[in-house]
Amino acid sequence: MQERLKELQTEALEKISTAADLKELNDIRVSYLGKKGPITEVLKGMGKLSAEERPKMGALANEVRDSIAAGIEEKQKHLEEAAVQEKLAAEKIDVTLPGRPVKTGNHHPLTRIIEEIEDLFIGMGYTVAEGPEVEKDYYNFEALNLPKGHPARDMQDSFYITEDILLRTHTSPVQARTMEKHEGKGPVKIICPGKVYRRDNDDATHSHQFMQIEGLVVDENIRMTDLKGTLEIFAKKMFGDDREIRLRPSFFPFTEPSVEMDISCKICGGKGCSVCKGTGWIEILGAGMVHPNVLEMAGFDSKKYTGFAFGMGPERIAMLKYGVDDIRHFYTNDVRFLKQFSVHE
Amino acid sequence: MFVSYKWLQEYVDLSGVTPAELAEKITKSGIEVEGVEVLNEGIKGVVVGHVLEREQHPNADKLNKCLVDTGAGKPVQIICGAPNVDKGQKVAVATVGAVLPGNFKIKRAKLRGEESNGMICSLQELGIESKLIAKEYAEGIYVFPNDTEVGQDALEQLNRDDQILELGLTPNRSDCLSMLGVAYEVAAILGRDVKLPEPHAETSSEKASDYIEIQVEAKEDNPLYVAKVVKNVKIGPSPVWMQARLMAAGIRPHNNVVDITNYILLEYGQPLHAFDYDRLGSKQILVRRANDGEVIVTLDDAKRELTSDHLLITNGTEPIALAGVMGGANSEVQSDTKNVIIESAYFKGATVRKASKDHGLRSEASARFEKGVDPNRVRAAAERAVQLLAQYAGGEVLEGSVEADALQVEPAVVSVTLEKINRVLGTELSMKEVEDIFARLQFATNTDNDTITVTVPTRRGDITIEEDLIEEVGRLFGYDNLASTLPVGSSAPGHLSQYQNKRRLVRRYLEGAGLYQAVTYSLTNEAKATQYALEERKPVQLAMPMSEDRSLLRLSIVPQLLEVLKYNSARQNDSLAVYETGAVFLSNGEEDLPEEREHLAGAVTGLWHSHPWQGEKKPIDFFVVKGILEGLFEQLGLSDKIEFRQAQKDGMHPGRTAEVLLSGEPVGFVGQIHPTVEKELDLKETYAFELSLKAILEEEVSPLQYEAIPRFPSITRDIALVADQGTAAGELKGIIKEAGGKLLKDVHVFDLYEGERMEPGKKSLAFSLKYFDPERTLTDEDVTKAHDKVLEAVKEKAGAVLRG
Repeated sequence: MQERLKELQTEALEKISTAADLKELNDIRVSYLGKKGPITEVLKGMGKLSAEERPKMGALANEVRDSIAAGIEEKQKHLEEAAVQEKLAAEKIDVTLPGRPVKTGNHHPLTRIIEEIEDLFIGMGYTVAEGPEVEKDYYNFEALNLPKGHPARDMQDSFYITEDILLRTHTSPVQARTMEKHEGKGPVKIICPGKVYRRDNDDATHSHQFMQIEGLVVDENIRMTDLKGTLEIFAKKMFGDDREIRLRPSFFPFTEPSVEMDISCKICGGKGCSVCKGTGWIEILGAGMVHPNVLEMAGFDSKKYTGFAFGMGPERIAMLKYGVDDIRHFYTNDVRFLKQFSVHE
Repeated sequence: MFVSYKWLQEYVDLSGVTPAELAEKITKSGIEVEGVEVLNEGIKGVVVGHVLEREQHPNADKLNKCLVDTGAGKPVQIICGAPNVDKGQKVAVATVGAVLPGNFKIKRAKLRGEESNGMICSLQELGIESKLIAKEYAEGIYVFPNDTEVGQDALEQLNRDDQILELGLTPNRSDCLSMLGVAYEVAAILGRDVKLPEPHAETSSEKASDYIEIQVEAKEDNPLYVAKVVKNVKIGPSPVWMQARLMAAGIRPHNNVVDITNYILLEYGQPLHAFDYDRLGSKQILVRRANDGEVIVTLDDAKRELTSDHLLITNGTEPIALAGVMGGANSEVQSDTKNVIIESAYFKGATVRKASKDHGLRSEASARFEKGVDPNRVRAAAERAVQLLAQYAGGEVLEGSVEADALQVEPAVVSVTLEKINRVLGTELSMKEVEDIFARLQFATNTDNDTITVTVPTRRGDITIEEDLIEEVGRLFGYDNLASTLPVGSSAPGHLSQYQNKRRLVRRYLEGAGLYQAVTYSLTNEAKATQYALEERKPVQLAMPMSEDRSLLRLSIVPQLLEVLKYNSARQNDSLAVYETGAVFLSNGEEDLPEEREHLAGAVTGLWHSHPWQGEKKPIDFFVVKGILEGLFEQLGLSDKIEFRQAQKDGMHPGRTAEVLLSGEPVGFVGQIHPTVEKELDLKETYAFELSLKAILEEEVSPLQYEAIPRFPSITRDIALVADQGTAAGELKGIIKEAGGKLLKDVHVFDLYEGERMEPGKKSLAFSLKYFDPERTLTDEDVTKAHDKVLEAVKEKAGAVLRG
C-alpha cells in the first residue's frame, strides 16, 4: 500500500510537471484527488491494516495528497502566469500609430492680442469699457476736439449712415462716453477694445474694418512721465524685455502734447533693415495727454484734472509680433491661418 | 514736404550736422522724417560734354553719330538715340566706366557697326522721375545752358549732389510746408540762427496801381489780395539750380515765370499765381463767389461747372482763376507773354478745400491754403517773387502793389505757469530752461513770477492754448529726457465685468468643443444682411457705400460664417467648425442709433470626427451641434431654462431646425442649412446656430450654492413608451417631469425605435427615470405611486402607452 501511494505520488507529480495547460492540470486534479481517484481507491484497503498501521498509512496518504495538491497549485500559478504573459504579448500595440484626435478650436489671433493687452492693463488697475460701433457724430468727432469742418473728419474717410450717425472710425468715443458717465470725478482708468471702420479699399495694409484698443487714465496729477512709464511696461510685456522704446512728438486732435511710440526693431536690433525701413524703429501706437477741450466737453475740470490716452491697432501688433504680411488674413478666416494660433509660446 | 539739405543751408548753418543726423534730430523733436534720399546715389562718371559734330548714323535711321568733347583729351564718338541731340549742345555724358542707377555700367560698345564711347544721358537715366522733367526734355536728352563748362561733374551742375529729407507732416505743422518754416524748426532744434531772404527789386517809375484795380467782394473768403505788376518779362527756362530745387521737391519745371511762383511757394509756403496781363481782358481783378452753373476752363483745359460755394478770380466779368486751386486757361502765362500780374493772396482754407474737393483738384497750392498760410508772409512772398522775376526773367517791376486788405492779424498771446508745465510733463524744469526753449523757437516771451507769456508768431498758427506751449517745451526738452513713472493716487482693482467674463467663458468653451473663432465683416450686401436674422427688423444702410457688397450692417452672423466655410471648402478644408461673437445692428429709424446686439453664431460642416485607421468617421449632425449648445447652457447655469422647439426658418432645413427658447422667450435657432443653400455654397451637410449672446449672458442666474452629496440611494425605472410618430421626445419628457413630482430627479431618453416591428405611424421612446429623496431611502411603494402618475399622464396627455 505504501509503495502504491508513493508510486501514485511520483506518477502524479510527473504528470503535473508536463501538464501543458490549465485544463490538463484540472484533469490531473480530478483524477488523482477526486473522490473516485486512485488515492481514495488505495485508502479503501485501509480496513485490512492493523490498528497500529492505520494512522501511519492515513498520515502518508494525506502527505501524498498534499504534495500533489501543492504541485498542482504551483503548476497552476505557472500556467496562469504564462497565460497572462501570452495574452499581454498578443495585446501589444503600435504606439506610434496616431491617437484619437480631440477636436479643439482656438482664439482668433486678434482676440489673442486683445485679451493679452486687456489682461496686462487689468493687472494695472484698468477696467474694460465697450461702446457702440455705430456712433453719433458728436462722440466720434466733436467730443474729441474734431469740430465740424475739421479736415480729419472728411466724409470721404468715414462710413456715414445719416448726417449725424456713422460707423465709428476709432474707439475713442468710448473714452468720451465713459468720461461723461464719471460726471467730472476721477479716477478714470479704462482700456477700450473694439471694431472700427474707415472708407479704405481693402489691400495688404488697409482694411475697411479693423480693431483698435485704446487706454485712458484721467485723474488729478497725471503726468506725461506716467504715460511714458505705462507704455514702457506695455511694450516690454508685448514685445520682449530687450526692446527699447522712444516717444516721438506727433499730432492728434484729442491729445496735446501728442506722441507716437516706436519700439526698436527686432529684426535688425536697431541697425536698420527693410522691416523698419532703415530707421531701426517701428511705430507701434499713438498717445498723448488728453486735450483740455476733450476733458471739458466730457465734464472734467481741465484745471484740476489731467490725463493720458493711447491707442493702437491689434492687427498691426499681430502682424509685427507674428510676422503676418497681409491684413486681409485676419478677416478671410482661412483655417490654415487660424490654426497656427493654437500654439502658446 | 521734400527738403533739400543744400537749400536749407541757405537759411540755417548746418555745419557739423550730416543729413542723416539732421533727420534723426528732426524726427525726435517733432516731425517724422520718413526717408533721406541721396540724389546722386549709385551714379559715377557723368560729366558735361560738348557735342562738336552730329550726323546721321550710316546704318540706322533713328541713331545719331556724335563727336563729343568731354573735357578729357581727345573728343570721342558717341552713338545717341535721342531725337533732340544736336551739334553745339552741352549735354550730360556718361563716359566709359561710368555707373548709372541700377548699377548700369557704361562700356565701350559698337552700335550697328559704329563705335560708341559712352552715353549721352536723359534726366530719366540720371534717376529723375519722368513726371518731374520739363516737357522739352521729357522725350530726349537734357541740354545744359550754353555757358556750362565742359568736363564738370554733370550731377553737380544739376544740383544733384544733394540729399532730400522727406518730412511726414502732421496736419498741425503746415508751417513746415515751406523752407522758411523748416528753417525755423531746424534752427530751434540746433539752437542756431535763421537767415531770412531780404527781397529787394529795383522798380520803374510806373505804378502798379495804374495798371490794375483790385476789388474783393467775398472778403471773408479772401481777406487779403496783393497784386504786383512786372512788365517786359522774357519767358525762357529758369536757372538750372532753380529747376533742380523744384524737381527735388516734386514739382515739374515749366518756364521762368511759373517756376518762380512755384519756387516762392516752396520757400515761403505762399502759393502765387501769375496772370498774363495782356490776356486779362480788362484792367480789373474782381474776387467773388461763382454763380451757380458758371463755367471756367482751367489750365488743364478742363471745363468746370461751378456753384456759389466756389471762389473765383475774375476780370470783372469772366472767371480767370479758381481761387487758390488752379488758374484759368484764358489768362495763362505763355511763351509770348510779356507783362504779368503776380497774385499773392490769403484765401480761407475751408473755401479752397471745398473747391479742390468738388473738382478733384489737389495741388501744392490748394494743400497750403487748406491748412492756412501765414498771413504775414503774403506781402513778403510777392516782393520776393518780383525780385526773382527781375533777376531771372529780365522783368521790369512796377512800383508798389495793389491790395485789397480786410485782414486783421493778431498774433496769439498765450500764458502758462511753470508749475503747470512741470505738472503735465512730470519734469522739474526751471524758468530759465523754459525761456531758453522759447528763445530757440524765436517766440517772444515775457516772464512774470511763475507765469510765462508767449507771443506766438503767425507762422505757427497751431499754437493757441497753454497745452500747445507745454508741447513745445516737452518736445524741445526731449521726450527721451523724461523719466518713467506710473500714475499715483487712488487705485481700484482692475477687472472684467461679469458679462465680459462670461463672454470669455463662452469663447473658451466653444474652442474646447472644437470650433475656431472667426472674425468677419459687419458690412455686407442686402441679401446677406437680413438672411437668418433672429428678428424681422430693417437693416442699417450706409449713405455712401463703397460697394454693393459692403452697403448694409448685418442682422445676423450666420451668412458671414457660411462664407467662411465656403472659402475653406474650396481650399480642401471641407470639414470645419467656426464660431463668432459680435454685434448685429437693428435699425431704430433715421434719428436714433441702431440697437446693437451681441450675437453668438456657429457653423459646422463635413466630418465632425475622423479617425480613419480605427475605422471611425462621423459626419456632423443636428445632435452634435445641439450637444455643444446644451453643454454651453449647462456651464452658464441655464440648462433648466432652455428649451428646443421644432421650428421653420427661411434658409433652414424644414425638418431639422429648432428654435431655442430661454425662459420661454426665443433667443435663437439651431439646425441644418437648407440643402438648396448648401448646394449654392458648394457645402456638404452643414449645421449652424445663432443666438442672442446678450440675452443669454444677461439672464439672471442664481448664485452657486453647494448641494449635499446624496446619502441615500436613488431608484431608477426604465420605461419604453409607444407614441405617435409626431410626438416630440421633449414633449413627453416635459409631461413626465411634471407628473413625476418632487421625487423624480432626472429623466433622459435612452432609446428610440422607429423600425418595422412598430405599428405604422408609431415609434417607441425609452426613458430612464431616476427617483430620489434626499431625506430617506425610498421604498418601492413610494416610487410606484409616483411612477403610476407618470404613466397615467403620458397616456392622457400624449396617448403614449407602455410598450408590451
